[in-house]
Amino acid sequence: MYTWSFAPILQASDLFLWGAWITVVYTVASIAIGLVLGLLLCFARLSGIGPLNWLAQGFQELFRCTPLLVQLLWIYYALPLLLGFDLANWAAALITLSLYAAAFYAEVFRGGIVSIDKGQSEAGAAIGMSGWQVMRRIVLPQAIRRMMPAFINQSVTQFKNTSLISVISVAELTYMASIVNGQTYRPLESYTVLAVLYFAILFPITKFADIVESRTRGGH
Amino acid sequence: MTSVTAPAARDTVLAARGIVKRFGALTVLHGIDLSLTSGEVVAIIGPSGSGKSTFIRCMNMLEVPDAGEISFRGRRVVPRFRAAGETLGLGELRRHVGMVFQHFNLFPHMSVLENVIEGPVTVQRKPRAEAVDIAMDYIAKVGLAEKRDARPDQLSGGQKQRVAIARALAMQPDALLLDEITSALDPELVGEVLGVVRNLAEQGMTMVLVTHEISFAADVSDRVVFMEAGRIAEEGSPDRILHNPDNERLKTFLARFHG
Repeated sequence: MYTWSFAPILQASDLFLWGAWITVVYTVASIAIGLVLGLLLCFARLSGIGPLNWLAQGFQELFRCTPLLVQLLWIYYALPLLLGFDLANWAAALITLSLYAAAFYAEVFRGGIVSIDKGQSEAGAAIGMSGWQVMRRIVLPQAIRRMMPAFINQSVTQFKNTSLISVISVAELTYMASIVNGQTYRPLESYTVLAVLYFAILFPITKFADIVESRTRGGH
Repeated sequence: MTSVTAPAARDTVLAARGIVKRFGALTVLHGIDLSLTSGEVVAIIGPSGSGKSTFIRCMNMLEVPDAGEISFRGRRVVPRFRAAGETLGLGELRRHVGMVFQHFNLFPHMSVLENVIEGPVTVQRKPRAEAVDIAMDYIAKVGLAEKRDARPDQLSGGQKQRVAIARALAMQPDALLLDEITSALDPELVGEVLGVVRNLAEQGMTMVLVTHEISFAADVSDRVVFMEAGRIAEEGSPDRILHNPDNERLKTFLARFHG
């Protein structure tokens, strides 16, 4: 019978908290960058300009059809050989997470925007609005409401995906758990605490997403 | 920018010349000419699929014609948002020519008042207070002053369409295009919307209306245009078109309504 002992783990609680903080930082930063890039990608897809659309779509497919872990390894170990200079592990991690997020957010945005009835943009155009005014005043406010559930779900996935950057030694939560395990030789406790921490952060967010989703359904 | 206006076009607000529109291999408009003088009300009637809605949507370039041209007060409209010199861009055209749609197309994320001030504030850059004054004036004219803070989904179809008319009027346009504005309404709600249009006609608003309400068209318009298979088959005064038509197709079409 296994005897649980959390005492050594609790002594390392600083490491876990610091790791959790770093995980949050990478999540928030890559979501922020991913949102901006994703919106640009989405506009490129909807621009009606052939080459721009194909480029954006190619980028999206590349990042959606290869595993994030492979992207991370490629950008950290392979890309520097093409660039001629090394990327710091934090930079490679942030770049990869952001590009990956952008590819998925672009699809969330595009889905939201094309779901808005064409009559809405026609009504905006018919009072003399420019394409950009129609987007900003009429389409986006409705589309954002509709895309919220998918956006939150994608962001939850993004939070979990940050655990992969531990393989290039970024000291986020998962990496810290393996450090604690190495010091205490207590894998069961170390990785149980790790799982509980992820759950404790994400469970309330997914519940919030459910509320948002039911509100959206109750609306228009 | 002053444009040289030909004498014949002086009083012409909106003109379409030789409008051709194709959707893929299908030609839906085969060269339509129609001009609208100030204060005139033109009703376009015709069977479904005759191209009347496509044509009215060409008049404010929601559909860009494949051939022919639209001009507003003598200036040729180009299919770009902005234009310079003798030509006119879509933005300016649509500031002067309003449109009301069959399915209302109110902005569901805005209240009645917000729907109506949207054009004056965002497009005409009017101060909000001034825009609210103008908007409330038109909202009252369509009889919905007490609904100013309601959301579109709290309104009946007839009320929605009256808000849509107020939204178009708040731009203080030179002309209005009404595209089958009663076709999506329950029969008992048609009257209230037609009442608003009748008032506008009496006040001298220049209008083109595509409609299935034949007797209303006859009653309110100065000229009736009968479209058939993408062409104008006959046009003239309401009295002549409805009571003394030459065209066989028109006779058949009208027979359905006279019963």
